[in-house]
Amino acid sequence: MAQTHSNDAFVAFERVQKSYDGETLVVKDLNLSLPKGEFLTMLGPSGSGKTTCLMMLAGFETATHGEIKLDGKPINNIPPHKRGIGMVFQNYALFPHMTVAENLAFPLEVRKLGKSEREAKVKRALDMVQMGAFGGRRPAQLSGGQQQRIALARALVFEPELVLMDEPLGALDKQLREHMQFEITRIAHDLGITTVYVTHDQTEALTMSDRVAVFNDGRIQQLAPPDELYEAPQNSFVAQFIGENNTLEGTVQELRDGYAKVRLDSGDIIDCKPVNVGKAGDRTLVSIRPERVEIDKSRLHPDAHTLKAEVLEFVYMGDIFRTRLRVAGREDFVIKTRNAPDQRRLKPGEMVEIGWLADDCRALDA
Amino acid sequence: MADTTTDGPMLAADGTPLKQSLARALRRQKIRALMLTAPLLVFVLVSFIMPIGSMLMRSIQNTAGTEYVPDILPNVVAELEGWDPTTGELPSEAAFRAMIVDFKAAFENKQHTQLGRRFNYETPGMSSLFRKSGRKVSRMDVAEITDAKAELIDVDDDWGNIQYWATIKANSGYYTSSYYMAAFDAERTIEGVQMKDPDQRIYQKLMLRTLWLSGLITFCTLAIGYPVAWLLADLPLRTSNLLMILVLLPFWTSLLVRTSAWKILLQEQGVINDIWIALGFSDRLSLINNQLGVVIAMTHILLPFMILPLYSVMKTIPPSYLRAAKSLGATNTTAFLRVYFPQTTPGIGAGALLVFILAVGYFITPELVGGADGTFISNRIYFQFSTLGNWGLAAALGTIMLAIVLLLYYVYDKLVGIDNVKLG
Ligand SMILES: Nc1ncnc2c1ncn2[C@@H]1O[C@H](COP(=O)(O)OP(=O)(O)O)[C@@H](O)[C@H]1O
Ligand SMILES: [Mg+2]
Repeated sequence: MAQTHSNDAFVAFERVQKSYDGETLVVKDLNLSLPKGEFLTMLGPSGSGKTTCLMMLAGFETATHGEIKLDGKPINNIPPHKRGIGMVFQNYALFPHMTVAENLAFPLEVRKLGKSEREAKVKRALDMVQMGAFGGRRPAQLSGGQQQRIALARALVFEPELVLMDEPLGALDKQLREHMQFEITRIAHDLGITTVYVTHDQTEALTMSDRVAVFNDGRIQQLAPPDELYEAPQNSFVAQFIGENNTLEGTVQELRDGYAKVRLDSGDIIDCKPVNVGKAGDRTLVSIRPERVEIDKSRLHPDAHTLKAEVLEFVYMGDIFRTRLRVAGREDFVIKTRNAPDQRRLKPGEMVEIGWLADDCRALDA
Repeated sequence: MADTTTDGPMLAADGTPLKQSLARALRRQKIRALMLTAPLLVFVLVSFIMPIGSMLMRSIQNTAGTEYVPDILPNVVAELEGWDPTTGELPSEAAFRAMIVDFKAAFENKQHTQLGRRFNYETPGMSSLFRKSGRKVSRMDVAEITDAKAELIDVDDDWGNIQYWATIKANSGYYTSSYYMAAFDAERTIEGVQMKDPDQRIYQKLMLRTLWLSGLITFCTLAIGYPVAWLLADLPLRTSNLLMILVLLPFWTSLLVRTSAWKILLQEQGVINDIWIALGFSDRLSLINNQLGVVIAMTHILLPFMILPLYSVMKTIPPSYLRAAKSLGATNTTAFLRVYFPQTTPGIGAGALLVFILAVGYFITPELVGGADGTFISNRIYFQFSTLGNWGLAAALGTIMLAIVLLLYYVYDKLVGIDNVKLG
């Protein structure tokens, strides 16, 4: 995993570690830097240390080791209120005893802005999130989606250069969430602010971000733009965590010409692209995306290895067909085929031969 | 359903009108609920509503012992009707004669001393007059008496005291305002109702002291309890549960024991004074048997009543509010004052109301550690009925305190809103 250590990084974590109890490291050797204006998402399962990283950046937790820099300056000793970082919390944390407008005016008041300037900025921020008419309401009188917008407006109203969001859409229903994903990215790009966004929802991460840092077990597993993350996962955790994925276990038999021959545990031989394997004899998890599996032999390389598969289940999903197969002893192998006039509709019990381009089949760490 | 017709009332499955069977089902539920709460209702009625009602009545009933004064002195009351004490003349001969008649009857029923005590509350001296006159008047024969006035004054000169007769006239109804008058430090003189001399206005002083010390104690519990509650709410549950036991431990100890413990700690030769002397100071501090002692002991005793409501409110405030405030640029102080503190006001309200109302009625602690200048109105009320037997004045004072507390509660409701009070 190569991490960029450019000097013009706006936010930089350098060798950061964090432990709460002095026994286990919740964040292990975090190196991350992002340029100004980037929308970066920390994606990972619950408990992987995303919130902890965000809290260290915001100043609510101190790093046990290492340095966090903002705009080139170390901020370890700067208290949170002087960092000037906007934050959106998962439960919104709108002050219940203040109206929406008072909530938004709060950061401006503590910065001692004049009344007229304050009012102008509050109005602009409310308009930005299309909530101009709601200034006089209490947070409790708003729906979840409206509260979310206000929380966003409040984090942005004092014009911070960096905004942190910790699972801000977690409490919303699916439709609203998709709409807000779009809104947040639009606003972030319009204002040109740097954003660190935390989520455990991979779709959210892929659709919103410039780059995604996949977290697991206190480490960044891969830091890459969404397409690269999906198409070229660097290890089996990323491959399985992002999108749907088929894995087959096996042993590397031979490495030649940039390709690997893998003997699966069932005895079958397949061709793969070696990504995260050392030498012949190593155990490996082979990863293939469901939509890259080919059932039409004519479209494969003549020498390509194929596997025999039995159709277990066929699901019609409108735009695509999702077929579950028994392959190499596993019953959870899924392929997706596009719904086209000439597309085969497989029936349960049918035997097919499947194959793929060696480039689409990645041999990763076991 | 098939058996419900389109016109006419909806019918239940067994053919009875739906409304009727619903009402029957609900009635059964209501009766069951009533039966379950009946013991509590009876208990509240017997132990709370009835005593308060009886107290309210006692404060206005003009009784001597168990009987109303006008029922004991019916003839005197009738004869005094036309008499005006402000003229400076004694009542008529007929009134004196009536007094002998009624007094003899009262003596027969052994009511004359109670009657004397009743009038003595208003005008000191009348108790001994009635007691001393008892046997002599009882031997008189009204039929043989020609000059009742002279005879009676002959028994005791005080029968010629116009003030005494004025007192009898003023308290000759079934109901009297004189207990309330006394409770407000007013007295009835021949010239009418007047405030007592300022240095004799003890009830006013005691009530103000009770309210002031209760307020001070409430403030002290708040000042000490707020940080403790905050700490408890902020700590992880295991630690906070342990500390909560420390808060509650004194709660489970007898009030008497806790008060006595303070006596031992604070007394002249007590632990704290010994340490004070050991530190090199020469004068012993007087920490007990004064207002300071009452404030210290009661603050400690009432502290849990402040901490518990505060804690329960603070527990519901997620830490993200303070974090949000700081991320928006507020210093710790601003974040606390503008964001955290306003959200704890329901707890402050509940705690303050609870502690204040409890403190106003406190009895044992001021009695034991209050000394002369630290006693509360409750101690005086106790003294009135236990030592002087003046239930009427005790009831009037109690009713006034009840009214003050209700008034404060009302004002509080207007200012804070009782709905905002969270007790847990
Ligand atoms: N304040 C804390 N004290 C102790 N442990 C914590 C604290 N906050 C988080 N942790 C632990 O640190 C790990 C990472 O938590 P977190 O950063 O919240 O993960 P994520 O946001 O990715 O779900 C978890 O195992 C969690 O139990
Ligand atoms: Mg989290």
